[in-house]
Amino acid sequence: MDLMGFFLETGFWMACIRMATPLIFGTLGELVCERAGVLNLGIEGIMAAGCMGGWMWVYLGGSLWGGIAFAGFVGALFGLLHSIFTVYLGLSQHVTGLGITMLGSSLSAYVFRMLLPKATTPPKIIPFQPLDIPFFKDIPFVGEIIFSQTPMTYLAFASIIFVAFVLYKTPLGLALRMVGENPLAVEAQGLNVFLLRTLAVCFGSAMMAVGGAFLTMSAFDAYYIGMVNGRGWICIALVVFSSWKPYKALIGCLLFAGFDAIQMRVQQQAGMAIPYQFYLMLPYIFSIIALIIMSRKAAYPKALLIPFRKGER
Amino acid sequence: MRLEVRESISIVRLICALLMALGVSMAICSVLILWGGASPLEGWKLLIKGALGSRFALSETLTRATPLIFTGLAAAVAFRAKLWNIGAEGQFYIGACVAVLLGTKGVALPAYVMIPYLFGAGALAGGLFLLVPTFLKTHLNVDEVVTTLLLNFVVLLFVNWLVFGPWKDPMSMGWPQSEPVLDSAILPIIMAKTRLHLGFVLAVLSAVFVWWFMEKTTWGFEIRAVGSSIKASTFAGMPVTNTIIRTALLSGGLAAMAGVSELCGVKGYLTTDLSPGFGYTGIVVAMLAALHPLGVVASAIFVAIIYIGADSMSRAINISNYIADVTTAVSLLSVLVALFLTRYRIRRG
Repeated sequence: MDLMGFFLETGFWMACIRMATPLIFGTLGELVCERAGVLNLGIEGIMAAGCMGGWMWVYLGGSLWGGIAFAGFVGALFGLLHSIFTVYLGLSQHVTGLGITMLGSSLSAYVFRMLLPKATTPPKIIPFQPLDIPFFKDIPFVGEIIFSQTPMTYLAFASIIFVAFVLYKTPLGLALRMVGENPLAVEAQGLNVFLLRTLAVCFGSAMMAVGGAFLTMSAFDAYYIGMVNGRGWICIALVVFSSWKPYKALIGCLLFAGFDAIQMRVQQQAGMAIPYQFYLMLPYIFSIIALIIMSRKAAYPKALLIPFRKGER
Repeated sequence: MRLEVRESISIVRLICALLMALGVSMAICSVLILWGGASPLEGWKLLIKGALGSRFALSETLTRATPLIFTGLAAAVAFRAKLWNIGAEGQFYIGACVAVLLGTKGVALPAYVMIPYLFGAGALAGGLFLLVPTFLKTHLNVDEVVTTLLLNFVVLLFVNWLVFGPWKDPMSMGWPQSEPVLDSAILPIIMAKTRLHLGFVLAVLSAVFVWWFMEKTTWGFEIRAVGSSIKASTFAGMPVTNTIIRTALLSGGLAAMAGVSELCGVKGYLTTDLSPGFGYTGIVVAMLAALHPLGVVASAIFVAIIYIGADSMSRAINISNYIADVTTAVSLLSVLVALFLTRYRIRRG
């Protein structure tokens, strides 16, 4: 089997980057939430909501970028709900997150069925097309891989730089990181802990939803129920893997997408020798292995999962 | 806004809060039904009628509640110890697989031996399966939420392979399903001419057992103590790691019993749609019951009413039956707030 051959094909690398895109959005979104001290297990449902919301916007006649904005808006709304529960009321982040996931997934399915009751085969939209970046595209190999993706992939890369810049180079980022480590110190500075956490969760959730929207608006052209299929949970594993650092998150997502692309190629070549279900298990097993490797020395944000209550210590 | 801890939790306030939560969830879902172009009042009436309106409807509701009691107990036990087992779905299928493995071939034991044997073996397998993420948590510091969640997908793919591959019943006309279990493994029907089976009685007995275990035994006390504070439990000299492992065995076992009961009581053979998310719904059931084992029975029946009722309601007034999933999700969130309000008082300023 010509496994080494893959690595010389541009097609393989392009697939890697394409498959990494939703994970980048989701992982960054979760990373921002967790850096501010809030675990967001709503990710799976928020991705589903973005997946359906963005697609539906376009299907009902909106523009593609309008669809992305709408998906982000829906995500932020779910984020707001999550923050009211976990930040202001201080309820269990685990249970609330699972509730948000159930709400997001079921509500998307319900709205989809209600708006398109007669759809038997999933209706289609015209998704984002690959956009060549002039000049850069002509760089041999690397240029072809990176600079002829769809605009959403560029957006994903830009958002890594944006998130990293805000987190490490701005006062807002400092405050966000601090609110996840030592909220009392933030309060002592006269900043509003609740507001900062809410902002982080809303922004993070908007990113997750955009990641979901990538599935229906760029990778594929139709929506079907259950489409997110555990990608959200994989993102949570990737956040731990990346030790809560944006650039490492990029590496994690690419590595993960790479393994995923390899298993798909091997599956095509090996044919029926190994049942396909075992290949499909690999992404989940990779995530678990990645968690095991990184968890020993994982430096969780100190205030993760701990609700902040004024006057309590 | 300021939160103030209430001095005591009164039962009256708890019940009022739960009823309020129920009202809020119904109001929110009424809006969704209204948006679908149907009358909510009509909808709720049809829902109640569809779930409780006849002897048969009632039996269907209790049949649906059976696996939910088991998975609800699984979540209640684990969450009490703050062991976040979100893997009940996977453990459910492990139990079902064991029931097929041991119940289809081998010696034809008499039913009174076979049924306890399958439940015991299934529960053991489910418990051991949950031990994997639990050990990763206690020994390697790996977060169990993500591992249990991801293992659900792995198990479901494994079951998919089994029923399409080695376990496929040659007599099934090509349908992906396993061979049926032996007659002696089938749970007897407890209500004539319905599908309600012995599993329901076993589920209720399990709830009583779990209540007794959690409230009256040292191990149960330790589970609750570890859940309140690992630090304090360690300080008091409790075996924290062992307690978490015991919790995992119990929780995984209960979830797997749901699988055995569903397989031997309803279907008789294994398919990939044996569980329409019973594992995840179990979490809702447990939370609605405020993690109280006896409350789980009531909340499982409540959730079953929503699902069974929504099926007939959605057909009658022509809306999507995903309304049932929305209703349970909304009830989960509103009950969370309700329980919060019984413990805290919100003060302005």
